[in-house]
Amino acid sequence: MSRARALRRPDRRKRVLVTPEGLSLPLTIASRGARASALMLDLIIMGAIQIAVTLALVGILFGLLGEKQSAAMEFLGVVWIIAMFLFRYGYFLYFELGPRGATPGKRLTGIRIAARDGGRLSVNAVIARNLLRDIEIFLPLIYLLSSAGEGGAANWASFAWLAIFLLFPFFNRDAMRAGDLIAGTWVVEVPRRKLEQAMSLGEAARGRSVATGAQYRFGEAELSVYGEYELQTLERVLRENNPEALVAVATAICNKIGWSAGSGDERAFLEAFYAQLRARLERDMRFGKRKADKFS
Amino acid sequence: MAITALFRSKPIEELPDIEAAALRSDRFRLEREQDWKRLEAILKRMESGRLRKLPDEDLLELPVLYRTAASSLAIARETSLDAATLAYLESLVQRAWFQVYGPRSSLIGWLRRFFGGGWSASVRELWLEICIALAVMVAGTIVGWVLAARDEAWYYSLVPTEFADTRVPGASREVLEKSLSGVEKIDGLSFFSAFLFSNNAKVAILAFALGFAFGIPSLMLLMQNLATLGAMLWLFSQAGLTLDFAAWLSIHGTTELFAILLAGAAGLHIGRSMAFPGNRSVVAAAAESGQRAAQVMAGVVLMLVVAALLESFARQLVTDTGMRLAIGGTMLALWLAYFFAFRRSPGDIGE
Repeated sequence: MSRARALRRPDRRKRVLVTPEGLSLPLTIASRGARASALMLDLIIMGAIQIAVTLALVGILFGLLGEKQSAAMEFLGVVWIIAMFLFRYGYFLYFELGPRGATPGKRLTGIRIAARDGGRLSVNAVIARNLLRDIEIFLPLIYLLSSAGEGGAANWASFAWLAIFLLFPFFNRDAMRAGDLIAGTWVVEVPRRKLEQAMSLGEAARGRSVATGAQYRFGEAELSVYGEYELQTLERVLRENNPEALVAVATAICNKIGWSAGSGDERAFLEAFYAQLRARLERDMRFGKRKADKFS
Repeated sequence: MAITALFRSKPIEELPDIEAAALRSDRFRLEREQDWKRLEAILKRMESGRLRKLPDEDLLELPVLYRTAASSLAIARETSLDAATLAYLESLVQRAWFQVYGPRSSLIGWLRRFFGGGWSASVRELWLEICIALAVMVAGTIVGWVLAARDEAWYYSLVPTEFADTRVPGASREVLEKSLSGVEKIDGLSFFSAFLFSNNAKVAILAFALGFAFGIPSLMLLMQNLATLGAMLWLFSQAGLTLDFAAWLSIHGTTELFAILLAGAAGLHIGRSMAFPGNRSVVAAAAESGQRAAQVMAGVVLMLVVAALLESFARQLVTDTGMRLAIGGTMLALWLAYFFAFRRSPGDIGE
């Protein structure tokens, strides 16, 4: 049960996006946990930079001690205020406008922002989603830090009001925060897949085992047992290339199609079976006939 | 040509033997694999931010390779059952989509569009909200005045104490007049202006962001800020300094209050389009108005920079009432002319 739920969970985050070319692309919405940890990382990075800048400015100030101090102090004060403002509003803007569409925290958690309608992610959208961040994160944070423990009905009411924004992602299917809603964006997982080896390159795919010289030819009846789901499971087993799994799967297939399982040549047998099953299913596919799994 | 370029960067790559593949769908894949890998290499470099090092020919080919990969994916979905290849293609096309439809932001280009009509066009589209926000601000000023005139206690609750220092009900005309004159010390002005800007920008961003809750909090924020102003106006008018106070305020106030007006209107715009989305879905309406309002907000932050500079330098250095009014009036005329008289044909404005 718990395993079934774990398997199903990513599906609830799957969305289909239609590009302007009319191609549908599957997307996975970033989990709320990933987004929360990305935010934590970003706040930590921002805080560290802010502290570093503050310390550097204080250091410069002490270095200038004595000579023209008031002028220097004023200038550094201006630099400090502007720097703090820029970090607060510029940090997210700068990184999300970049080619990765992600702040360092998002990059580390493997997520990025994208336009919800499949079109171009506009500069205005990035500005909009980051201005809203103010009431979602900074305001509740400052509020909590400044008035913690004071109590009072008005305090609680305003805290509840701010909490609504903080918890906004939990109230909608796409885990959007208020800024995403306003800007027409959402946060998705960054896909990372390597191109695997083609499956039908070897001699075994043509039905001949290199090790034993045996020929594997499967008939119509034997190949019609399985569907696409089984084919792709077999593909995964072959790519993982775990000897025990190979043996187990080969035995299962032999039992199913009524062959007597020989041992030692499982991989060649499976490769041959895979290639011939795929050839058959793809041929049917070209004629518009699809077989989803062994039950259909 | 595509293949030779790949070999330059990765000479060890070997051309696969296409005929060796037993399956037709694998042959399809092997024939196109080189283009996919080339696209992947370009994407990898773009994602790592090394855009400048990317040769022009790669950049020009990105859309072509993107469409090739997209059509490969469309065909593979109908002809191939190779789950790993399909997953790879999906992720490749998605990554390419991110780049091809990513923010087209040379910052310079965006700024040119922004100043060359995008900003003023967005402001004009908000005309209804601007009228509402203006009415609320005027009402707020009147309320502040009336409340303070009725009962002096209201003055203290409307005007924050740190603001008020010597400017309290019952203060003499001289004291009040002095508070309007420039400070003698010129030191500290730039610090003051940076502080004012940072503070005002936060208020403006708040007024915008609060629009999300159907605009009501935005209006309340405007009301409250302007009630403070109304109470102070009452105080100075008691001492017969109405015009001097107006001049003192207008030098930066025309810019600053205009900016806050726009911020409130932007917030209201979002709230209104979410409450009354028309034929669109609420979510689509929010996104559309949010992006328009964001453009206005980017300008508001800029206006606040100007306001802070005027407030800390011009106001403290120019002490003549007439000059102050002239500067304030000129600024207001400039903003109005820029927003409402400066129009371009819609075709010139991108995005």
